Amino acid sequence: MEYLIGIQGPDFVLVAADTVAASSIVHMKRDHDKMFKMSEKILLLCVGEAGDTVQFAEYIQKNVQLYKMRNGYELSPAAAANFTRRNLADYLRSRTPYHVNLLLAGYDEQDGPSLYYMDYLASLAKAPFAAHGYGAFLTLSILDRYYKPGITREEALEVLKKCLEELQRRFILNLPSFNARFIDKDGIHELTNIPLLKSVA
Amino acid sequence: MASRYDRAITVFSPDGHLFQVEYAQEAVKKGSTAVGIRGTDIVVLGVEKKSVAKLQDERTVRKICALDDHVCMAFAVILFCNVLPTFIGLTADARVVINRARVECQSHKLTVEDPVTVEYITRFIATLKQKYTQSNGRRPFGISALIVGFDDDGIPRLYQTDPSGTYHAWKANAIGRSAKTVREFLEKNYTEDAIANDNEAIKLAIRALLEVVQSGGKNIELAIIRRNQPLKV
Repeated sequence: MEYLIGIQGPDFVLVAADTVAASSIVHMKRDHDKMFKMSEKILLLCVGEAGDTVQFAEYIQKNVQLYKMRNGYELSPAAAANFTRRNLADYLRSRTPYHVNLLLAGYDEQDGPSLYYMDYLASLAKAPFAAHGYGAFLTLSILDRYYKPGITREEALEVLKKCLEELQRRFILNLPSFNARFIDKDGIHELTNIPLLKSVA
Repeated sequence: MASRYDRAITVFSPDGHLFQVEYAQEAVKKGSTAVGIRGTDIVVLGVEKKSVAKLQDERTVRKICALDDHVCMAFAVILFCNVLPTFIGLTADARVVINRARVECQSHKLTVEDPVTVEYITRFIATLKQKYTQSNGRRPFGISALIVGFDDDGIPRLYQTDPSGTYHAWKANAIGRSAKTVREFLEKNYTEDAIANDNEAIKLAIRALLEVVQSGGKNIELAIIRRNQPLKV
């Protein structure tokens, strides 16, 4: 139902999510932000079970902040991703597992940009591009076709546009709006106008 | 008959004293001096830095810490950037309190979505200290704290706690060795004009410390928070 996508370039990560918050057959909110800011250069995109998403994401967010306060510097994206996965794994075999699918995107001073794919079974994979949701079935092949390792920001936006258009065209559910953000060495930047076709055949 | 009533701190002496707590306050008086000033748009914390041994790495002897993005504590710990505390007394005790306070700052944000107010975190630290004056088998924390920061409404605050677990708000205060001297200096020199300007407030803090500390930049550590800005040391 919900859709997340991330594309990593040589010096940036582009992430986008749909902004629909739905409950059964009704959408409650069309401008729901699914990205959580972990730190200045790390974003966590979280979809899944209704309450679990916010609960889990905020818990990780506050723990990342606590680390910063205790140690005087921020967690790296790799450390944050592994910490998140560890929490997911620990709760998985408890009576209260979190049913959430995540993308963690971040920029590290030493290692550059990185994108991590995690799912509710606590698997973790560092990937150049990734997507969650039914929409992933429709768009991963587009990413396979058009992604290249040295992708520029403009090209990444073009590929994102292709993916979103495909969703509009073939996905049975209507996902009318998305928000997208870039992460690079200067932090997190919001994209104000995501290129979308107004109407598709 | 002090000796008979100071073994377990849960016991009052006949004349109503908790000797362990008073001894803890003595421990604080042995610590280095710290001064806190509340200006109109700025809060300043200054701490006397003890001279370090030649082989010791100076950078590890930080005395002012941030509890959260908006709170600082003088004791070289960082709880929150807009909360700034300074602890004087037993360093090891302070570390424990600071850690608990840091976790509490985040926990508060997690449950109520709002950053802590300076008063809330002061109350939390004071309650924590008081618990240790009333439990069996535990000794009080041998620390006093000066906590400064800005609340969401933009008002600057300065609080002081002591080992007994009491806390008060102050316009300017000092703790540690020679606290009395510094406080008298502040009482004489803290006027509306003195704190009107950010720089004036900083100067007042430095002058107050210089009363009791050997002069020289190396011996004083200063931290300031301006409204809506992160802490600067």
